[in-house]
Amino acid sequence: MSTSRRKILLGGAGLIAAPHLISSETWAQSGSKFTPEKGATLRVLRPTKFVDPDETIFKENSEAFTKATGVPVRVDFAGWEDLRPQTAVSANTGAGPDVIVGWTDDPHVYADKLLDMTELAGYLGDKYGGWYPLAERYGKKHGTNQWICIPMGGSGGPAVYRESWVKEAGFEKFPTNVDDYLKLCQNLKKIGHPAGFALGNAVGDGNSFTHWLVWSHGGYMVDENLKVAINSKETIAALKYAKELYQTLIPGTLSWLDPSNNKALTAGEIGLTQNGVSLYFSIKNSKDPEIAKIGPDLNHARMPIGPVGRPTETALVVNAMAFKHTKYPNAAKAYLQFMMEQEQYDKWLTGCYGYWAQPLKAYAKSKVWESDPKITLYRDTIENALWYGYKGPITEAASAVNAEYVMVQMVASVCSGQATPEQAAAEAERRAKRYYRS
Amino acid sequence: MAVAADIWTEGEEKQNWLVRLFDWKPFLVAICLAPALGLLLVFLTYPLGLGVWLAFTDTRIGRSGVFIGLENFESLLQDQVFLMSVGNTILYTVVATIGKFALGLWLALLLNHHLPFKALLRAIILVPWITPTVLSAIAFWWIYDPQFSIISYVLVDVLGWKSTYIDFLGTPWHARWSLIAANIWRGIPFVAICLLAGLQTISPSLYEAAMLDGASAWQRFRHVTMPMLMPILAVVLTFSVLFTFTDFQLVYAITRGGPVNSTHLMATLAFQRGIPGGQLGEGAAIAVAMIPFLVFATLFSYFALARRKWQQGESND
Repeated sequence: MSTSRRKILLGGAGLIAAPHLISSETWAQSGSKFTPEKGATLRVLRPTKFVDPDETIFKENSEAFTKATGVPVRVDFAGWEDLRPQTAVSANTGAGPDVIVGWTDDPHVYADKLLDMTELAGYLGDKYGGWYPLAERYGKKHGTNQWICIPMGGSGGPAVYRESWVKEAGFEKFPTNVDDYLKLCQNLKKIGHPAGFALGNAVGDGNSFTHWLVWSHGGYMVDENLKVAINSKETIAALKYAKELYQTLIPGTLSWLDPSNNKALTAGEIGLTQNGVSLYFSIKNSKDPEIAKIGPDLNHARMPIGPVGRPTETALVVNAMAFKHTKYPNAAKAYLQFMMEQEQYDKWLTGCYGYWAQPLKAYAKSKVWESDPKITLYRDTIENALWYGYKGPITEAASAVNAEYVMVQMVASVCSGQATPEQAAAEAERRAKRYYRS
Repeated sequence: MAVAADIWTEGEEKQNWLVRLFDWKPFLVAICLAPALGLLLVFLTYPLGLGVWLAFTDTRIGRSGVFIGLENFESLLQDQVFLMSVGNTILYTVVATIGKFALGLWLALLLNHHLPFKALLRAIILVPWITPTVLSAIAFWWIYDPQFSIISYVLVDVLGWKSTYIDFLGTPWHARWSLIAANIWRGIPFVAICLLAGLQTISPSLYEAAMLDGASAWQRFRHVTMPMLMPILAVVLTFSVLFTFTDFQLVYAITRGGPVNSTHLMATLAFQRGIPGGQLGEGAAIAVAMIPFLVFATLFSYFALARRKWQQGESND
């Protein structure tokens, strides 16, 4: 009897293992377009999490790649503002991670040092319904059809608001134009639940808010020909609007960094802000019953459309790049292909509660976007967003202008009264010209 | 005999060769200095030289640069943000240093008396110094938060002395004074402990002689304590000025140079331009621009404050 039982157990274990082995072999032999080099290992660097499952699932997917191909993968995480310096060191020294999932425009700073991803991007685009135009813009080297990175996802920053307070302020539906939006903010202040947007040197929220503000009124930093064009009547109109809007905000936003609006909304201090989906889920899933109670009252809405008449939001896009210095270029490409295939990518997309929006159109049908009606809005992040450096090409200058908070400080200096709209626009022009010099 | 003689001769030659080599002073000096000089060259001289070189180039992250002479400096001289950062750095350093020395000396004088639990008090006083900078910066960031400040909470919600929360970091001058206060808090222990060490080297017999001559407490401080303390004070002042002038962590963690760049110091601006902004040449130029100030501060401390006349009377410089 004991011998018989042991045999049954062993047989069962074999049966459990067999399908997995078969599927692994299948992907390695027929699914992968790139054959990893013999003895390949990969080091991957990416941002630290914004939502808990982000890191967990990403690592699980990486381990699945190892099982499928035999290529060990080590994934390291860097904080939000540490990633860019580490990317810089890797690029300049020609050593370090093989793959970096970097910020928005970083691949364009190092375009000449990156592996060509055209074949992989073409395969993924053909298979998954094509890339959104924004993903193509971030993925391709300017002026060419050569892909230099694989956009993995974009984080949006729509309005996040307390439904009951917006109703109390006289709006049954969230405003869709900037004039009604200003009225809403004025009314929210009157009822004691003001809006709050970061105007400090907040690399995510500050840039997100101020770029929406200027773009929605028709201003932009540079034109298609790389001529600095921020000092315009449209920009000045945006700044005058900002001055009025600022009067309605909760005091202290000029010193707000990226965490500040999250804390203020969670604490019930503000009724409206702008943020990724992480804020909604951190409240909804909070272990503190007082905080969790806010969840059902939260909702999201597109940032309103300004005089230009179309959406003008930003997206924080993460782009996976592989450096030419890697010893294992095929393994790097195979890894990125694997991570973007539906079995892995949709798991990551769904597990992150929709924090990241898809760059490939087919994933718009992912079940994550139907899992909670309040987050469906985030699905269209990459479809609707403009790129940093709009209207010009994505360059290192666009990256520098963003990192230097040129747009943020132009708006903040008007809000604080340090400069008139005309002065602020002229100063932004001077600063931008420094970065866009040839 | 011949074999024995050969062995003896060979051994003597080897020993003599090594002994003679190490007896040669230039060689001995060179080999003793090599480790220290090597470390200095690799970790100090090379980075400094590279930084100075970068200041004259248009290097950006990801791209090598070319020599452009003084273009970076010319641009900075027209850059209001840079000029403000110079003013901020000077203000920050002067005011914070005065604050640290006033409070540090006061604390040192107190600790120099026989107080109960002196060892415990000294340990407590060291806490601000040993706390990692970013931890204390984050604590101050919370203390200064526009919505959640503990100071505002006490003044408004507990005591009712004010009706609105204080916006510590939202206006330029509020932010500057707030950062200076944080720096003073962090720096008092260093000054206090160093000056306390200096006070304890002053012979009690000097005070006894002064008291016998009828000197008041202020006169004893003015004519005994200060002159004897001045050499230590000069050294501590030098270090404190250098640390404060190049302070980065506190400012960057609390304000990132905001609001609207009004709290950028030269150190934080150099980093901001050089690394997140990607303009390595410009960032290096800002860093290099700090060197004249630091050299002046050092020379002033040594030559102005460390003069012998402080110790030996008016007639002997």
